[in-house]
Amino acid sequence: MIKLRINGRELETDAEPDTPLLWIVRDGAGLTGSKFGCGIGMCGACTVHVNGSAIRSCITPISDLEGVEITTIEGLDPAGEHPVQKAWRDLQVPQCGYCQSGQIMQAASVLKDNPDITDEQIDAMMSGNLCRCMTYARIRAAVRQAADTMKGGR
Amino acid sequence: MAGRVNRISGGLDLSRRGFMVAVAGSGLAFSFLTACSEGAEIKAFEPTQWFSMAPDGIVTVNIIRAEMGQHVGTAIARILADELETPWETVRINHVDTDPKWGLMVTGGSWSVWQSYPLYSQAGAAGRIALIEAGAKILGVDASSCRAENGEVLSGDRKISYVAILKRGALERVFTPEELAALPLKPVAERRLIGKPVAALDVAEKTTGAAVYGIDARIEGMVYARPLLPPTRYGSKVVAVDDSAAKGVSGYVQSLTLEDPSGTVPGWVMVIAETYPAAIKAAGLVKVEWTPGPGADVSEADLQKRASELISKADAGAVLDTGGGDASAAFRAARTTLEATYTTSTVLHFQLEPVNALAFEKDGVFEIHTGNQWQSLILPTLAQALDRPETSIVMRTYRVGGGFGRRLNGDYAVPAALAAKALGKPVKMILSREDDARFDSPRSPSVQKLRMAFDAKGEVTAMEHHAAAGWPTLAMAPFFMPKGLGDVSYDPFAISGADHWYQVGVQKVRAINNDLANTVFRPGWLRSVGPGWTNWALESFLDEAAHKLGLDPVAFRLKLLTGEGRNAGSAPNAVGGALRQAAVVRQTAEKAGWGGALPANTGLGLATSFGQERNMPTWVACAARVSVDRSSGQVKVEKLTLVTDAGAVIDPDGARAQTEGAALWGLSMALHEGAAFEAGQVRERNLGAYTPLRLADTPAMDISFVESLEAPVGLGEPATTVVGPAIGNAIFAAVGARLRHIPIRPGDVLQALRG
Repeated sequence: MIKLRINGRELETDAEPDTPLLWIVRDGAGLTGSKFGCGIGMCGACTVHVNGSAIRSCITPISDLEGVEITTIEGLDPAGEHPVQKAWRDLQVPQCGYCQSGQIMQAASVLKDNPDITDEQIDAMMSGNLCRCMTYARIRAAVRQAADTMKGGR
Repeated sequence: MAGRVNRISGGLDLSRRGFMVAVAGSGLAFSFLTACSEGAEIKAFEPTQWFSMAPDGIVTVNIIRAEMGQHVGTAIARILADELETPWETVRINHVDTDPKWGLMVTGGSWSVWQSYPLYSQAGAAGRIALIEAGAKILGVDASSCRAENGEVLSGDRKISYVAILKRGALERVFTPEELAALPLKPVAERRLIGKPVAALDVAEKTTGAAVYGIDARIEGMVYARPLLPPTRYGSKVVAVDDSAAKGVSGYVQSLTLEDPSGTVPGWVMVIAETYPAAIKAAGLVKVEWTPGPGADVSEADLQKRASELISKADAGAVLDTGGGDASAAFRAARTTLEATYTTSTVLHFQLEPVNALAFEKDGVFEIHTGNQWQSLILPTLAQALDRPETSIVMRTYRVGGGFGRRLNGDYAVPAALAAKALGKPVKMILSREDDARFDSPRSPSVQKLRMAFDAKGEVTAMEHHAAAGWPTLAMAPFFMPKGLGDVSYDPFAISGADHWYQVGVQKVRAINNDLANTVFRPGWLRSVGPGWTNWALESFLDEAAHKLGLDPVAFRLKLLTGEGRNAGSAPNAVGGALRQAAVVRQTAEKAGWGGALPANTGLGLATSFGQERNMPTWVACAARVSVDRSSGQVKVEKLTLVTDAGAVIDPDGARAQTEGAALWGLSMALHEGAAFEAGQVRERNLGAYTPLRLADTPAMDISFVESLEAPVGLGEPATTVVGPAIGNAIFAAVGARLRHIPIRPGDVLQALRG
């Protein structure tokens, strides 16, 4: 049995220790906002937070995760009103939306550490997340808007 | 029983059964709707099948198009809401499941708004007129003295709301198709929603993880499946399956060899397990021996060699009707000629949600839960595969995690359905990313030969365009193929774009099926389809012709876009013809600073297109500014300037979003993507090798639309087709290197620089 803490709730599973967190989150906890895209940690659709830092849940085995705080898109903000989520809605970023949970989780993690971010840093920090609809221009603008909001809130 | 969550804090018993029930109760329903349908009680007003209005005034618009990022429900609902004169806040959308009453269900070709506009405006007008008639009666006035605005019927200084009208009793008025067609539509000046900024109805749920895609569908008692794919797309046979090693995997159930009467997935073995990670792990341990079908040794080079061979055969393929004339004679009479060959590589859809489906039988109906773009195409195949009537199969509708044409081909529904039938229980199949790439219906590689003839004065007297590629429509929907000269069928989606609007004298356009491609794989419709390669060739070639003549490439294009003869255009969709194309070329050049000074090794290139089809032209032009590193061959796209004339724009922000995405797809395919067949399979199967554009390489974009009241046409694809040739032409302008193949790699640029 492995004990995990996801969005503030304790969860216990008899899954194999090498099971990627993504499947426990999606099929076990029923939190389907995190998506399966590439399975090798290169598209970012499965991004969740571990103790506030973005990780790729499709390649992270649950055995590494006992005693940490796991946060998914569903737990980012109880009302869905995180500054990053608001910026995403303001600028109408999503198209198909499949990658956007991961994009938002990546951006939220980056901005939590550094809301005083440069445009070059936005490009670098967001380029591990693939958007096949190519909403990149809006992602760039939305991260900037959220950063400005979060800076102001400090 | 591996991988289950056994307990969540709070004392809930989450045994498998309890868990599933809990999830079902938490809103993971099998249709988008639920919340919307609650208002639609017995007294809903439903003058046509396209919408209903509940007594509380909530309007639910039935959408038969797939939502895959284009906010299509928002665009279509607002067409109806505008005519209905209902406030936008009252509008909900319902993406319907399959039912014969909806007619042809397909989402592709950038057709949705164009095709839906008349239908949904008439439906909205029907509602408005019925409400005005009922309101007039209540007010005791003549209906002709009334008008409707923003959810109310008004007559002089008296008014009554729609809700108040509906509270007096259900409206029974229904309209026949003939009546609908004859209804008066609102004057353009009175449009309140069309063309105005409105938040897309599917955006909020995509920022919280709440949007439900096919991959999220689940039902109690389902098992998971990951397939083992045979060595060839067609004709492989399973000789032996050895799953002894997989039996040690906790949660492994069995390996199932599919028998497929429809021939969709020959040679597939489904590895079944209680969880998906168990299915992945077991699939790695099951050994299958196959007898491969045709094409197991075919490479990308073989495919292109075959295309070239076919082009050199004068009698191969179909010649389109492009106005007559003897091209051969014109070329014989020419003072000079120009000829060039252009090629494109295989391209993967790489839609981010791998194809998947949940299938099960319930109450005598076979249910398929999956995101799909062309339900009407796959239903007959499913009926054949399952050996049951189409009427006992229903496809439940979900958000699509990327379509781009992949989900026009619903072949992935078949193996899930076959497995569910064989096992007698619900099967949830998900393809791994690598399997998704192998099972893709990729954009076929292509070879094209273009020729142009000039007279003594340098005027263009004739042009030929020969294009050879795998034909998606032949593979999947041959009934959709028109006939060219001499009654020879061709795939319109593999040649469109070559039948352009330039005045070039005698024009010959020949479409050739690469038969080897259609044997080895199932060619797919991929965002912009034929024009994605034909326009690469055409617009690169126009540039080469301009330089041969010593003319400015923009001036040369404008000279050929005369808008005369067959290029004059006609109502309703192509009013103005080539002159509208000339206008976007002119505007794009101006906005991009055409002719201005640029730094060394930096160039501006322009390309234009009429979009997807001559009978539904979307006029678009793009100027790309690139800089080229002469030592490495690296190309940096600094800026894309695009001007589009799509007639009246229904959804301005959606139009912009589609154009942004389409343009970057064009850039991605020109510089970053490209796959190759190797031993009958695509070699690039995941992001280590297949490398679509990332945010850091995204250029600045200046996107604008021509203000127009002409018929609204398509926007999802046209911008895709202009970016590649604009980049190629810009590279030539920057450093004098002419590229004739996409994707363009740094090595290709270096080679072209060396001459």
